[in-house]
Amino acid sequence: METLGHLAHGFSVAFTPVNLLWCLLGTTLGTAIGVLPGLGPALTIALLLPITYQVAPEASFILFAGIYYGAMYGGSTTSILLNTPGESATIVTALEGNKMARSGRGGAALATSAIGSFVAGTIGTMGVAFLAPVVVKFALAFGPAEYFSLMVLAFITVSAVLGSSSVRGLTSLFAGFVIGMIGVDLQTGQPRFTFGMTELLDGVDVIIAAVGLFAVGETLYMASRRYAGKDEIVPLKGSLYMTSAEWGRSWKPWLRGAAIGFPIGAMPAGGAEIPTFLSYAIEKKLSKHKEEFGTVGAIEGVAGPEAANNASAAGVLVPMLTLGLPTSATAAIMLSAFQSYGINPGPLLLTTQGDLVWGLIASLFIANVILVILNLPLIGLWVRLLKIPAPQLYAGILVFATVGTYGISQSPIDLVILYLLGAAGFLMRRFDFPTAPVIIGMILGPLAETQFRRAMTISNGDWSVFYTHKLSLTLLTLAFIGLAGPHIWAFIEHRRRRGPEHVPGDA
Amino acid sequence: MLNRRRFLMSTAAAGAAGLVASHLSPAFAEGAPQIQLFVPAAPGGGWDQTARTMDQVLRSEKLISGSQITNVGGAGGTVGLPQFISQWNGKGNSLMVAGMVMVGAIIANKAANNLTQVTPIARLTGEFEALVVPADSPFKTAADFVAALKADPTKVPVAGGSAGGSDHILFGLIAKTVGVPATNLSYVPFAGGGEALSALLGNQVAAGISGFGEFSEQIKAGALRLLAISADKRQDGIDAPTMREAGIDVELFNWRGVFAPPGVSDADKAAMITLVETMAKSDAWATECKNRNWTSILLTGDDYAKFVTEDSARIEAILKDLGLA
Repeated sequence: METLGHLAHGFSVAFTPVNLLWCLLGTTLGTAIGVLPGLGPALTIALLLPITYQVAPEASFILFAGIYYGAMYGGSTTSILLNTPGESATIVTALEGNKMARSGRGGAALATSAIGSFVAGTIGTMGVAFLAPVVVKFALAFGPAEYFSLMVLAFITVSAVLGSSSVRGLTSLFAGFVIGMIGVDLQTGQPRFTFGMTELLDGVDVIIAAVGLFAVGETLYMASRRYAGKDEIVPLKGSLYMTSAEWGRSWKPWLRGAAIGFPIGAMPAGGAEIPTFLSYAIEKKLSKHKEEFGTVGAIEGVAGPEAANNASAAGVLVPMLTLGLPTSATAAIMLSAFQSYGINPGPLLLTTQGDLVWGLIASLFIANVILVILNLPLIGLWVRLLKIPAPQLYAGILVFATVGTYGISQSPIDLVILYLLGAAGFLMRRFDFPTAPVIIGMILGPLAETQFRRAMTISNGDWSVFYTHKLSLTLLTLAFIGLAGPHIWAFIEHRRRRGPEHVPGDA
Repeated sequence: MLNRRRFLMSTAAAGAAGLVASHLSPAFAEGAPQIQLFVPAAPGGGWDQTARTMDQVLRSEKLISGSQITNVGGAGGTVGLPQFISQWNGKGNSLMVAGMVMVGAIIANKAANNLTQVTPIARLTGEFEALVVPADSPFKTAADFVAALKADPTKVPVAGGSAGGSDHILFGLIAKTVGVPATNLSYVPFAGGGEALSALLGNQVAAGISGFGEFSEQIKAGALRLLAISADKRQDGIDAPTMREAGIDVELFNWRGVFAPPGVSDADKAAMITLVETMAKSDAWATECKNRNWTSILLTGDDYAKFVTEDSARIEAILKDLGLA
């Protein structure tokens, strides 16, 4: 109950007209930068750091938190409508979201993502307020061995996006590993696959890869097909927002997404991408409309990952506010903002800066409300984008993707990479290779490698760490069940129905 | 053909540079000038914060009328450095922020350009490093840590920042001075201080090495025990010996400083040194340093140039021992 008192006090800090204005400004700005690929919340907050010299700490943190949450909302918009993810956490959203938009349900996809973000963001923020000490203990129990097992679990999500042919899907996945390996190896400091180019030492940005493979590849593919002279504009089907059936199909994925996203976000090396992969795989497994996945677009595949990424955004704040641990680029920059005020973020932050921390948490609740109010009416406006005739729309996407990519680090080399990957995306599309596994491989491959090597360094080469640590063993078991379970289940079903003399494969 | 073209271009460039220089030289030093700050890293990191803090203090002290900050990030600064050398040549009102991390990156990445090609202005700040262990670690003193390291270095996993960075270099230096071969060390690199910190708090590793500021709050709260710091002398308010006092003959500051481009006039160089020196001696700068856990270690002009050369040699030697150069 003490927490409620603190929270009430926090609301009294956040509810001053000036702070509400900062919150509105932050969320609006955040939505805008989330929409642009390349401009992320970390970069934006870094550029705004000098305002910490001018305004009170509460105001600037409320602004930064608004930007952070806003970017998570905005990132999904372009994923859904243009297949151009603005943030790495919204890459999965593009898979089903864009399919939905193509079949006339863009409004519903945007609505479920906005409302799901609100629901998960609110749950996540409540988690920050009430569960932080418990969650942090759990998160710290995760060492390299546990992370590696979590990656193994995440790898089974690949099977959900492989498409019709596993060989093609796995080929894409391994291509992703190779791209992910470009750059300086963190463990030894040696460059890999950089061909002597300094620009490649930091690796290929996953946003550039996603924009290149999805957006540029798609555009080239569209352009390569003979133009029939008439534009097919997809009419909006049904309600602009969500039908009651879609509500019914969305609420469970929202809650599941929040439950996956928050704890993983709170882990020091969890991030926002892995929970979106996991949520997508689970929703595909549980959905009663599996045939819609990858064809007309399934709303569960948007609702779950969108909820997961917003809940993980809240999760990231847990180690930051309770321990002073920055676990994402954005959190690290927010911590450096604390320092410009002479506040040292650490385990004592909650006691020494109660006003600030609780004001910040309260403003997160307010930011969520503002964001959903801001985003729902905008849906009507956004979906009109799809009424633009195809040649103009795709030309626009190309410009948008190029400008956004250049914005990441103002490097011409990035543009070359973008178009090389765009060409690769086009060829993959042409020869029916799925592109999503490339991105998953790029994100998970290096993470799994790093954690595996860290675990082996710490254990001095002893493999047993992966099964003697209880958490790690549990995760590996879950991964095994996820992978082998359906086959075993199918085998048992088969035997039961057809009698013991028939074994699958028998002609 | 190519030679002639190159010749024509270089004369044209020299002429243009001469024009710009003659135009800038007297103007720069007078009044409150406008300056350009080049940060060879993405916004938000240590160099970027140094540049933004400089901008803030220089303006509040009325030493400049304003500044423009350019970020070209990547590969420990080795992406930005060649640009600063070629495109900013002769611009007397410009400064690049760089530091020990870039020295290491130049060596490890075998970069084509290095810091002898730019004009050293001043070393501004340094962050000394801390050797810490989790609160319930059996190591009570730095001597305990060294003893365990000597007994079997593979059994003492140490967490820190990226491979070849300042934390790794310090670990290499510690091992070298106590006579443990650097190749046997069990160093666990993490991308950022936060991740290394969580490995320590979760008891995943035996010890950690990073900038003191990364650990200070955890030490205050009793979650980590500070064994030694890499500063030259005891620090006020920090209850721990220096490495030297603890029997490890090592001193290390992760320093940051500023450089002018190549080809600036002596007048511009002198004016820039005065400008930066005035800033570094102001109260506003002292306050910012205190807030950010930076130690002011001002060193200017030729002394600074000599220091950069010596430090480069020391880092190159240790990176060779670690198998990174």
